[in-house]
Amino acid sequence: MTLAPETTDLKVQLLLDGDWFTVCDLTRLVPGRGVAALLPDGRQVALFRDREGTLYAVGNRDPFGGAAVLSRGLTGTHRGRPFVASPLLKQRFDLLSGQCLDDESVRIPTYDIRAAQAVAAELS
Amino acid sequence: MTAATPGATPTIVLVGHGMVGQRFLEALAERGLTATHRVVVLCEEPRPAYDRVQLTSYFSGRSAEELSLTDPRFIEDHGIELYVGDPAEHVDRAARTVTARSGRVFDYDVLVLATGSYPFVPPVPGKDAEGCFVYRTIEDLLAIEEYARSRATTGAVVGGGLLGLEAAGALKGLGLATHIVEFAPRLMPVQVDEGGGAALLRTIEEMGLTVHTGTGTQEIVTGTDGAVTGMKLSDGSELATDLVVFSAGVRPRDQLARDCGLVVGERGGITVDAQCRTVGDERVFAIGECALASDGRVYGLVAPGYEQAETAAATIAADEASFTGADLSTKLKLLGVDVASFGDAHGTAADCLDVVYSDARSGLYKKLVIGRDGTLLGGILVGDAETYGTLRALTGTVPPIAPESLVLPAGAGGPVQFGPSALPDEAVICSCHNVTKGTIRGAVTDHACTSVPEVKKCTKAGTGCGSCVKVLGQLVDAELAANGVEVDKGLCGCFARTREELYEIALALRINTYQDLLDRYGREGARGGDGCEVCKPAVGSIIASLAPSIGASGYVLDGEQAALQDTNDHFLANLQKNGSYSVVPRIPGGEITPEKLIVIGEVARDFGLYTKITGGQRIDLFGARVEQLPLIWARLVDAGFESGHAYGKALRTVKSCVGQTWCRYGVQDSVRMAIDLELRYRGLRSPHKLKSAVSGCARECAEAQSKDFGVIATANGWNLYVGGNGGATPRHADLLAQDLSDAELVRLIDRFLMFYIRTADRLERTSTWLERIPGGLDHVREVVVEDSLGICEELESLMTAHVAHYRDEWAGTIEDPEKLARFVSFVNAPDTPDPVVAFVPERDQIKPDLPLLSIGMRPAEDLLEGSAR
Ligand code: SRM
Ligand SMILES: Cc1cc2nc3c(=O)[nH]c(=O)nc-3n(C[C@H](O)[C@H](O)[C@H](O)COP(=O)(O)OP(=O)(O)OC[C@H]3O[C@@H](n4cnc5c(N)ncnc54)[C@H](O)[C@@H]3O)c2cc1C
Ligand code: SF4
Ligand code: FES
Repeated sequence: MTLAPETTDLKVQLLLDGDWFTVCDLTRLVPGRGVAALLPDGRQVALFRDREGTLYAVGNRDPFGGAAVLSRGLTGTHRGRPFVASPLLKQRFDLLSGQCLDDESVRIPTYDIRAAQAVAAELS
Repeated sequence: MTAATPGATPTIVLVGHGMVGQRFLEALAERGLTATHRVVVLCEEPRPAYDRVQLTSYFSGRSAEELSLTDPRFIEDHGIELYVGDPAEHVDRAARTVTARSGRVFDYDVLVLATGSYPFVPPVPGKDAEGCFVYRTIEDLLAIEEYARSRATTGAVVGGGLLGLEAAGALKGLGLATHIVEFAPRLMPVQVDEGGGAALLRTIEEMGLTVHTGTGTQEIVTGTDGAVTGMKLSDGSELATDLVVFSAGVRPRDQLARDCGLVVGERGGITVDAQCRTVGDERVFAIGECALASDGRVYGLVAPGYEQAETAAATIAADEASFTGADLSTKLKLLGVDVASFGDAHGTAADCLDVVYSDARSGLYKKLVIGRDGTLLGGILVGDAETYGTLRALTGTVPPIAPESLVLPAGAGGPVQFGPSALPDEAVICSCHNVTKGTIRGAVTDHACTSVPEVKKCTKAGTGCGSCVKVLGQLVDAELAANGVEVDKGLCGCFARTREELYEIALALRINTYQDLLDRYGREGARGGDGCEVCKPAVGSIIASLAPSIGASGYVLDGEQAALQDTNDHFLANLQKNGSYSVVPRIPGGEITPEKLIVIGEVARDFGLYTKITGGQRIDLFGARVEQLPLIWARLVDAGFESGHAYGKALRTVKSCVGQTWCRYGVQDSVRMAIDLELRYRGLRSPHKLKSAVSGCARECAEAQSKDFGVIATANGWNLYVGGNGGATPRHADLLAQDLSDAELVRLIDRFLMFYIRTADRLERTSTWLERIPGGLDHVREVVVEDSLGICEELESLMTAHVAHYRDEWAGTIEDPEKLARFVSFVNAPDTPDPVVAFVPERDQIKPDLPLLSIGMRPAEDLLEGSAR
């Protein structure tokens, strides 16, 4: 959740098993809209960027419907905390904790994310 | 007590599926008795239980289906055997069997009679003539309606009681010159006293009905064809009328009980004890209007019947319960007349005092009956029944305010604010369902209900005669406020303003971005934030509808607008359960060339899409992966197709019938008009989806009257209907204007649609909008036909701008590489399809692989080939 000035060579990265995994250029993230990323082990992550430029990453799978679509939900703020609403049946998930706001017993995975100048080693 | 033959499931047979019968079934289910018993229901009428209390609302547009009280799922889920149109004909109490008309025989362990009443028809000569009716069932109403429409201009109701007045109101609504003939010296003699009767008479006469009180009906006069032509009255006069409705009271239907030797009262009614058990046979119960209760009365109202239903069910379940008497409060449901009586309205208690306010000139009469100790015992309200709900609930207590000020009109010393907050928790607010104020408050505080509909669902309050809904609303608001929940008309947590206000702000100040609107007009805490999933699409839609007039791009994926759209609009397709999308090309008016049909077929075949004809006269292609959408659309656009906006809150389809060109009945070219309208309004973003249809003649094959705007051809032009709806709450459209020329029709639709878009709430179809806005259809007609607000020019120019700036969204998208880059499953692996989107075969096509969805995604190490890793 790093604030970074917008420059074209900034990369969005996810922390996986202690290493930063590069996903895409920061410019691919439209504020208020998500994109999905595929991890090497087949997991899917939904990445978001808010109006301030803060980045968030949660699991892409909607635990209620089963489809991998959370990246296509609408985002917003609820009581000062960012959330995404599933495009399937509209349940909302806190983007920082992964907690479902409409069903206490459900939580989705979250990931550490940053925008950084990618180093060559990581890009290869 | 239902312990029958060991091993066999004990059987409860219910005879009569009316209002009380249905309530009895619900009470059985609530107590778990439907699980332990076989339940058989014999229903005489051709349809399961419906809301008889609201029968008259059929004439104000409620359909027979909407009146239904029976959810087929309820019957099914509880394994109830319901035999519709099959009355019980014979009971053998020794053998414990019931025989139905069909010849079916049922053994019972418990028999419950809920056969209701039949209308009493006085034995006057000619009473069975053609044109004579009673007013009890939906079938009666259908017959009255048909007769009134086809061969009557005048109608007379025999009986000026509660039901007689309802029937008279209905006849008047059918366009008949209506008379009421009442034997007693005043209307509603049972409920109101002389003073109240005088005020009521004035009001009824002002509505244009003719009242004959103190007069009996002696004979029905018929013409040579045997149909009614008039009636002879006891004062020697003759009244010309084409139709007669008898509403002279009801009698309990106790014949079945009499025939099997059960005890009945002297004046009818099956005699029961406080447990609703018949006297002399503990296996037989009687409830509702057919029963003579233990207090010696036959109740003709639904609330006591409901209580009896509960009592009987509780007794069968061996709970403690008894029914010893009930409240007789009533409120007239006739449109435009405020009459109510409650408690001991006639002051029969010893030593009671009346407090009366009477103003015959304005048709006002209010009387309260007060006991010696100040207890409110009952009352009558005519002309203004605002306080009915509160007063009824206060009955039996000493009111917190002096009785005089309870009857005085506000402003003349009356209470400025005397609401239900003053009531104790035990006060019964809804007497139909016996719901107390405490229960309603509990629904808000303990069950987290935040609106009247939720409280209705949770407590049943307000779902009977409806007379308590007003008080219910006040209570819910007060309770929410007390809990710190602000009753707030704002769009959502981000905006304290309504959609209509935001539309006006955007238009007047030419605000064309969401952020600008949020930062300037959002709630304090929401400014500068990210908004929410409610206001983003709503504001996105406002900006899109006004785009050319406020200097926004009309293309919904441009700049910031892209982030506002629901996922469907964002991908210009409809999301399906497995994450794939459906594609619906526009087929204006449902007309399509063979060449275009072939293209659709080829595209579907080449991309392996599931193909289905929709209910909107076009073709839906399902199962497209997000990355296939641009490829599919490139082919479709190339063949001359454009977006059908199946995904947007926008115009969907204008259905057509084949019309004059081919049909031997058609009087106008309905297909051409449908195509013209669809092309004119395509892409128009609105608060909810918009549907339309054009029929070539009054046979209405295109179902125009179920559309937001529907057009029906006449010999002289077009009739325009508005506010129709299919879906969950169907509504027949209202006629807005008749015999319009092509140009007049289009101009009126332009105005109507723009006025709707301007003033509706988010996700409010034209049907609900028309019902909600003050003044309803009349107001809309004044604004869009007569231009009472002087805004028609602006409405028309907004539409002209929309039409001039329309561009196909899909054509625009496939030309724009930056937009196309969004159509990928994975930002880091643009060529890899989402593995969760998988299909299995069904009926020679595909369907989503559901097991895959439930287990989640396959781990797929090798999926990253070709990614940007
Ligand atoms: C495809 C279709 C069913 C079919 O296989 O025939 C359909 C499918 C859907 N309908 Fe419908 N409706 C379809 C005709 C209808 C009709 C019939 C008609 O238009 O003549 C109705 C009743 C008429 C009406 O709207 O008044 C209808 C009343 C609804 C409603 C209830 C609306 C209401 O006011 O009560 C919804 C829910 C909503 O909009 O909130 C709905 C919602 C939906 C949604 C959008 C549900 C969803 O969010 O996934 C479905 C998505 C379609 C898709 O994925 O492509 N659909 N739907 C029909 C598409 C027609 C078209 O060509 O555009
Ligand atoms: C126009 C109108 C307005 C009304 N307004 C109000 C009001 O505002 N407030 C109020 O409290 N009450 C009102 N009522 C009265 C209310 O409708 C009745 O009190 C209520 O319907 C009684 O319910 P029930 O089940 O006892 O009888 P019903 O609803 O009449 O049901 C009895 C059913 O049993 C069936 N049946 C009879 N014999 C047999 C048989 N042998 N086999 C099988 N089935 C049989 C009948 O066909 C009927 O369907 C109104 C009634 C009418 C007609
Ligand atoms: S509505 Fe009339 S013109 Fe159109 S198809 Fe039906 S009968 Fe023919
Ligand atoms: S009093 Fe009839 S619905 Fe509440």
